[in-house]
Amino acid sequence: MSKGRFGIHGGQFIPETLMNAVIELEEAYLHYKEDEEFCKELEDLLNNYAGRPSLLYYAEKMTKDLGGAKIYLKREDLNHTGSHKINNVLGQVLLAKKMGKKRVIAETGAGQHGVATATAAALLGLECEVFMGKEDTDRQALNVFRMELLGAKVHAVTSGTMTLKDAVNETLREWTKRVEDTHYVLGSVMGPHPFPMMVRDFQSVIGKEVKEQLLAKEGKLPDAVVACVGGGSNAMGIFYDFIGDGQVRLIGCEAAGLGVDTDKTAATISTGTLGIFHGMKSYFCQDEYGQIMPVYSISAGLDYPGIGPEHAYLHDIKRAEYVAVTDQEAVEAFEYLSRMEGIIPAIESAHAVAYAKKLAPTMDRDQILVINLSGRGDKDVAAIARYRGVQIYE
Amino acid sequence: MNRIEAAFQNKKAFIPFITAGDPSLEVTQELVIRMAEAGADIIELGIPFSDPVAEGSVIQDADYRALSGGVTTDKIFDMVTRIRKVSNVPLVFMTYANPVYTYGTDHFMDNCKKAGIDGIIVPDVPYDEKTELQPYCEKYGITLISMIAPTSRERIHRIAKEAEGFLYCVSSMGVTGTRNEIGSAAEDMIRQVKEVKDIPCAIGFGISTPEQAKRMSGFSDGVIVGSAIVKIIAGYGKDCIPHVVEFVRGMKETM
Repeated sequence: MSKGRFGIHGGQFIPETLMNAVIELEEAYLHYKEDEEFCKELEDLLNNYAGRPSLLYYAEKMTKDLGGAKIYLKREDLNHTGSHKINNVLGQVLLAKKMGKKRVIAETGAGQHGVATATAAALLGLECEVFMGKEDTDRQALNVFRMELLGAKVHAVTSGTMTLKDAVNETLREWTKRVEDTHYVLGSVMGPHPFPMMVRDFQSVIGKEVKEQLLAKEGKLPDAVVACVGGGSNAMGIFYDFIGDGQVRLIGCEAAGLGVDTDKTAATISTGTLGIFHGMKSYFCQDEYGQIMPVYSISAGLDYPGIGPEHAYLHDIKRAEYVAVTDQEAVEAFEYLSRMEGIIPAIESAHAVAYAKKLAPTMDRDQILVINLSGRGDKDVAAIARYRGVQIYE
Repeated sequence: MNRIEAAFQNKKAFIPFITAGDPSLEVTQELVIRMAEAGADIIELGIPFSDPVAEGSVIQDADYRALSGGVTTDKIFDMVTRIRKVSNVPLVFMTYANPVYTYGTDHFMDNCKKAGIDGIIVPDVPYDEKTELQPYCEKYGITLISMIAPTSRERIHRIAKEAEGFLYCVSSMGVTGTRNEIGSAAEDMIRQVKEVKDIPCAIGFGISTPEQAKRMSGFSDGVIVGSAIVKIIAGYGKDCIPHVVEFVRGMKETM
């Protein structure tokens, strides 16, 4: 049996050229995660560079407005570079450096993971190249320039649908061309083993902090934890420490786009089927012949046709629930949180806020709901303005 | 002896690759028959995939052309059935894990057998994951072709020991596509294979000229040429057949 399985999901479905690279990566990761010096260095970077621990903020106005469960926001948006992505990236780039790699490459959708990777590479002194779909480099020109400012080279990917999945394809291709001195900093809990496990571990700091912070504030565990899911790294990060606490509901919010009954959707669990793609067995949006379907969401970060294998497994065993949130609901939640709490969430995170708005009123006042506010929304302001008919370009 | 094994008997095998349905299944069918007549010893037929991560831009584009022309796995099986009525050339599918898995691996291999497919190459199913396919290949007598790459190192012995049909030796790093220079890694890889198993080794990735084919066949049992042929097909479209035939004959003659 192959490595890195979560139930039937996961595995290492990649070309032979890359097999020794992922085997070496797994060995290095398993070694360094037990290495005291590595752990100390990473903790120092997380605390003194990225700004951890992130706040667990009691959203009192929102709680009162919705009239149900007590709502807390896990403020990953306050991290350096503006999202949870930095947690994983610091871990992987530090690991790459320990492994003697000279260069890191990464895919990015909206640009959050690319910016985080470029940031860590600048700090730790590695070369960085980022692959981004042509559609996305056009839509997120500011993030392209941001990455270049940080010293990274950005490649606009013109194959396929020119979006996130094609950026992953192209980064995999680049890795096969130059694997010896290059580490692929995968941005989510997806891809071949050991990435789903390793990225989850690096992100699990989110859930560990929530547990400690909530026990200190409330003396108990949350009743529900809500997070948005594309590949699923922020969700896996906040879920992981609660998987053994059966009374805690874990809810992942997928991007429904225009609706799960339309073909303009990216809701993989709701509309996808079992498949093998991008190194893993999991659920994918695809046709009956296994051709990967173009997906759509207003959120470039959730615009991905698959989901991480551990999420697929948590879905299979019914430990986590996955719900679909439309563009419209997410935009409304984006505006709601901005006005209600003075916090502009990333449009990705707004999917979680939208579902929490529905869920909180159905819960008791003595219950606790935690939303993972995975990123800040500055990057989305122009897109939301356009959604509302105001033509602002960055 | 099966058709694949026979293709390597007392000769160097020339193995052209084309994407099924590029530019149309009618042309593909004719290409297979005519390439076999021109000396192709085994023909690799690509089942197009939306996201072919092991391919360079030439074969990616062929996949998109085929898919946008409406090609499906079922239509390809029908075409193979038609080819088998007139040609005995060994036919090997080259595709990705997802088109096989989503079709239903059992059903897929069953249809391979019924249509007359001899083997299958799936670049994103490495040795470590081959139990995903192997039991079904065995059940229907389809040869699962293994790959080795310049980075395989100590894995070569393990892969070679269990290899069947022939071993696909990836000449150099990266994805498919023509290259001016092909490194010498393949020669050493083949030597390591032969230490543990007497199995034919065919070299692919980057070979486009008769000179390269001649040099590679000097130390291997065959060469695989894809992108160079797909480029001709892309250039001439439905009129590509005589040009491809001429190319195949030229390659075969120098080997």
